Amino acid sequence: MVLTDSVNDPEQASGKRERELIASVQGGQRELFYELVRPYERRVYAAALAILRNQEDAEDAAQEAMLKAFANIRKFRAEARFSTWLIQITVNEALMRRRRGRTVVMEGIDNRHSGRGNEESEYAPRDFADWREIPSEALERKEVRQRLAEALATLDQKYRQVFVLRDVEHLNIQETAEALGISVASVKTRLLRARLMLRDLLAAGWEQGWFSRLPFEKGTKPW
Amino acid sequence: MGAGLVQPVAIREGDQAMVISCEQVWREISNYIDGELDATLRSAMEEHFQGCKRCASVLAGTQNVVKLYGDERMLEVPAGFSQRLEKRLEERLTPAVARKARPWSSWSAWLVPAAAMVLIAAAVLLMNSLTFRNFVKSQHAEPGNHVPPDLVVVVSDGSKLFHAPGCPFIHDKASERTMTAKEATREGYAPCTRCLRQYLKTGLSRGSGAESAIAEADDEREEVLDVAGH
Repeated sequence: MVLTDSVNDPEQASGKRERELIASVQGGQRELFYELVRPYERRVYAAALAILRNQEDAEDAAQEAMLKAFANIRKFRAEARFSTWLIQITVNEALMRRRRGRTVVMEGIDNRHSGRGNEESEYAPRDFADWREIPSEALERKEVRQRLAEALATLDQKYRQVFVLRDVEHLNIQETAEALGISVASVKTRLLRARLMLRDLLAAGWEQGWFSRLPFEKGTKPW
Repeated sequence: MGAGLVQPVAIREGDQAMVISCEQVWREISNYIDGELDATLRSAMEEHFQGCKRCASVLAGTQNVVKLYGDERMLEVPAGFSQRLEKRLEERLTPAVARKARPWSSWSAWLVPAAAMVLIAAAVLLMNSLTFRNFVKSQHAEPGNHVPPDLVVVVSDGSKLFHAPGCPFIHDKASERTMTAKEATREGYAPCTRCLRQYLKTGLSRGSGAESAIAEADDEREEVLDVAGH
C-alpha cells in the first residue's frame, strides 16, 4: 500500500500555498501579490515577448499584465489554473499593444522557410539528418540558449505565439486557442508548422555540433 | 540524402495494415507527439517510423525541439527584470489601493494619523520643556541647580543673573524683584558667582559652563562699576 504524504509533496505544498496566497490577496492583502506572481514572471515575460518581439515592449507589457491581474484578482475562480489565467491576461495585453500599433512588428521569415506563405498549405521538412536525442545539459550553455532564441525569433508572428504558448508556456491546445482567439484547428496547424520550421532551422546547428557537450570528438584535440 | 533511405510507401504496398505516406506522417507528426491520434493512426505511424529513416529523423528532430524549448532554462528574462517588476508593483499598487480602500479598513491606513498624533504629542512635550525647563538666559551660564530652591534671591531687568539680596553686583537696582531661587532658575536666571559662590563650588569643578558664568558675572560687575562711576 502506497501512502501519499501530501505534506512532503512539493507540488501539492506549492499548490496549497498558491491557493492561500490567492485568497489572501483577494481578501485585501495586496502586499502578498508579488509573492503570488513571482514564480510566473519568466513565463509572463516569455509570453509577451512571443507577441511583441521587442524586449522593452515585452517587459512593459509583462508588468502591465501583472497590474491588470491584480486589478482583476477577485474575478479569478479557483477552477482555473492561476498560471494559465495570468498568461491569458498577458497575451491579451500584448495583443492589444500590437493592435494599437505601439510596437513595430518585424514580421518573420515564414515565407522563406516554408516556401509558401499560406498556413493551410503543407510544410515539407527539408533536412533529414540523423538526429539523436539532444541532452538537456546542452541548455546549460548560454550559446545554445541564444541560438534557440534566435531561431524562434525568426518565425512569423502567428507561428511563434502559438509555439510559445503551447511548447514554452505549456498551455494545452484549447487554452492556447482561447488565449489567442483562434480555432483549435488553427492552433494545431500553426503548431505543426512552427515545430517543423524550428527543426529545420536547428538542423544546421545539429550538424555543426552546437548541442554536443564538446565541439570536438572525445580523445581528439582541435589543435 | 536519399541514399540508403527506405521508401515507406513502397515497402508497405500490399500489406493489410494501414499504410501512410511520408507526407501524411509529416502532417500528423505534431499530433503524434502530443498524443492526440487515435490508436489506428498512431500504430500506422509507428510502423512507418520503423522503416523510414527520413521520417524517423523528422520525428527525432521535432521531439528535440519540443523538449529543448519546453525546458525552464529557456525562460530567460533581461537583467534586473525582477527588481523593476517589484518596484513597479509597489509604486502602482500602493497608492491605487489606498485611494480605493474603505476608510481605515486596513491597519496600515492608521499609520498616517498615528504618526500625526505622535508628532503633535512630541510638539506639546517640546513646548512644555521650553516653557518649564531651566532655560538659562545666558548661553554661557550654569543653571543654579545647586542653590537652595527656597533661597530668597534678587533679579533685575537687563541682567542674566540672580543675586543674594544686597549683592553689590546687582545690575539695575531700580528694577529689582525678589523671588525664590527656584523661581529665578525657572525664569532662566543663573546664580551670581560672586554672592552665591558658595553654592557653585561643585559647579566649578564641572568645567567650562560654570567658568563661563563667572566670566559673565565679571563682565556684569565691570558694567556696574562703570555705571557707578568707578
